[in-house]
Amino acid sequence: MTHALDVVGVSKTFASGRTSKAVLDDVSFHVKEGEFVSLIGPSGSGKSTLFHLIGGLEKANAGEIRIGSRRIAPLERGLISYMPQHASLLPWLSVAGNIEMALEIAGIDRMEARQSARQWLARIGLERDADSYPHALSGGMQQRVSFLRALLSPQPLMCLDEPFGSLDALTRQHMQTWLLSLWEEDRRSVLFITHSIEEALLLSDRILVLSTAPAKVIREIMVPFPRPRGEQLWSDPVFNELKREIYSLLTPAESKGGHS
Amino acid sequence: MGNRRWFSLRKAGPPVVVLASLIVIWQAAVRLMGVEEYILPSPLDIAREFVSVAPRLFEHASATLGITLLGFAAGSAAGLLLAALLHLVPWVKAGFYPLLVLTQNVPVFVLINLFVIWFGFGMLPRLLLLMLVCFFPVAVAMLTGLTQADPKLVNYMKMIGATKGQLFWRLELPGSISYLFSGLKIAASYSVISAIYAESTADKGLGKFIQLASNGWQTSRVFVGIVTIIAISLLLFGLITAAERMMIRWRVRSEEEAGR
Repeated sequence: MTHALDVVGVSKTFASGRTSKAVLDDVSFHVKEGEFVSLIGPSGSGKSTLFHLIGGLEKANAGEIRIGSRRIAPLERGLISYMPQHASLLPWLSVAGNIEMALEIAGIDRMEARQSARQWLARIGLERDADSYPHALSGGMQQRVSFLRALLSPQPLMCLDEPFGSLDALTRQHMQTWLLSLWEEDRRSVLFITHSIEEALLLSDRILVLSTAPAKVIREIMVPFPRPRGEQLWSDPVFNELKREIYSLLTPAESKGGHS
Repeated sequence: MGNRRWFSLRKAGPPVVVLASLIVIWQAAVRLMGVEEYILPSPLDIAREFVSVAPRLFEHASATLGITLLGFAAGSAAGLLLAALLHLVPWVKAGFYPLLVLTQNVPVFVLINLFVIWFGFGMLPRLLLLMLVCFFPVAVAMLTGLTQADPKLVNYMKMIGATKGQLFWRLELPGSISYLFSGLKIAASYSVISAIYAESTADKGLGKFIQLASNGWQTSRVFVGIVTIIAISLLLFGLITAAERMMIRWRVRSEEEAGR
C-alpha cells in the first residue's frame, strides 16, 4: 500500500556563522492514505521546520521525503495543501476571492475554482460572507475559510500547522468538532501539528510524540476511538489515560525530578 | 459613519476659517499701514489682477499643467518599473540602488542647464528633469512596499507552491499599493515645483509668467502666479487621493464594517 507521506531518516541543522543548531535528528514516520496523523511536541521541537521541509521551503541535510510514493526533489513545492496557524487571508481579496486564488495557484482553472468556492462556502453556511473582506470576519470564521481553502486544494495530502493555536478556548472546541465532521466525510490524508493533547486525541488516528530539539519521534500512539467521534470522548477513561501518558512524555526531564 | 463622503463640513471647517481670517487680517494690515502694492499687494489687488490677466494666465497655466502631468506620469511609471525590476532581480538592486540615490544629489538647476545644452530649448529637457525628479520617490516607496509583504502571507504562498511571479503579482504588488500612493503624493508636489523651475528656460508656462512679472515689479501678478501654482498642486493631490480611495476600497470598507 502506498503512503500519502513518507519521511525517512530526515535530519536538519541550521548553521549561522560558527554555531549550528540541530533541529531534526533522524526523524522517520509515515502517513497512510486517508489517515489523520498528529505531531505533538514541546514548543521549539522543530515541527514547523519539518513542515517547511515537506513544503519544499528548506532542504534537509539527510534523509528523504516521499509524497504519494514519489521522492520529492529538494525545494520542490506545490505538492501539499496547507493550512497555517494564522488564517493568512489576503486582506484585499474577498473571502471567495481568497479561496479562488489558492485553487488557481494549485492549478485549477478559474471558472472551476470560482464554482467550487461558492458551492462550499454555501455548504458551511458562509455564503453571505463570500463577498466580504476577511477583516469583517471573526477569527473563527477566518479559520473556517482557511480550512476550506486547504480542503478544496487538489493535492491528496493536507498539512495543518497548529490551525487553532491562535483561537480562544471555546472557539477552538467548536472548530475541532466542525473540522472533525467535515473531515470524516471524505477522509483526506492529514498531517496535523498541535500543542494540544486533547485536540490530538479527538482528531487523530495516530499520534507521534516528538522530543525536544533536536527532535526525534519518541512514541507512536494509536488512538483507539471509533468514528464518528464527538465531545463525549472527553469523559472516556481511556481518553484520560492516554492524555496522562502523552502529558508525561512531554514533561521536561528537569521538572520530573520533583522537589528533591 | 461619514468615512466615504468626500467632503465633510466638520473636517473642512477649521482650515477654511483660519485661511479666511488670515486673508482678512492681510487685507486690513496692508490697507491700514499703507503698504505699496509693489512691495505687498492686498488680497483685493491680487483678485483684481487675476481677473484682468485671466486669459493669458490660463494659457500659461495649461502649459504648466500639461508638462507637469506628462512628467509626473512618465516619471512615476519609470519609478514603478524600476522598483519592480530592482525587487525581482537581486543583483540589479545591489548594483543600481546607490546609483539611484546619486541621481538625486545633483542640484536641479545644474541639471536643467546641462539638459538644455544637450537637448536644446524644446520640451525634452524639461520633461527629462521632471521624470528624474518624480521617479525617485515612487521607486523608493515601491521598493519599500514590495519588501514589506507580511512574512506570514509570504510563508503561506510559498507553502502552497506559489512561483516567484505569482508571489509578485498576487501578494507583493497588491500589498504595496498604499506605499505606491505615498510615493505618488510626494512626486506630485515635487513635479509642480520642478516644472515651474524648469520653465525659466521655456517661452510659456507659469514659471515664465512669474519670472516676467517679477522682473517688471508687478508684484500683484507674481501673487496671481503663486495662487495658481497652489491650485494646480491641490488639484493633483486631490486626484491622487481620489484614486487611492478607489484602489484601496477594501481598507475603507473594513474600517466601516469594524465601526458598525
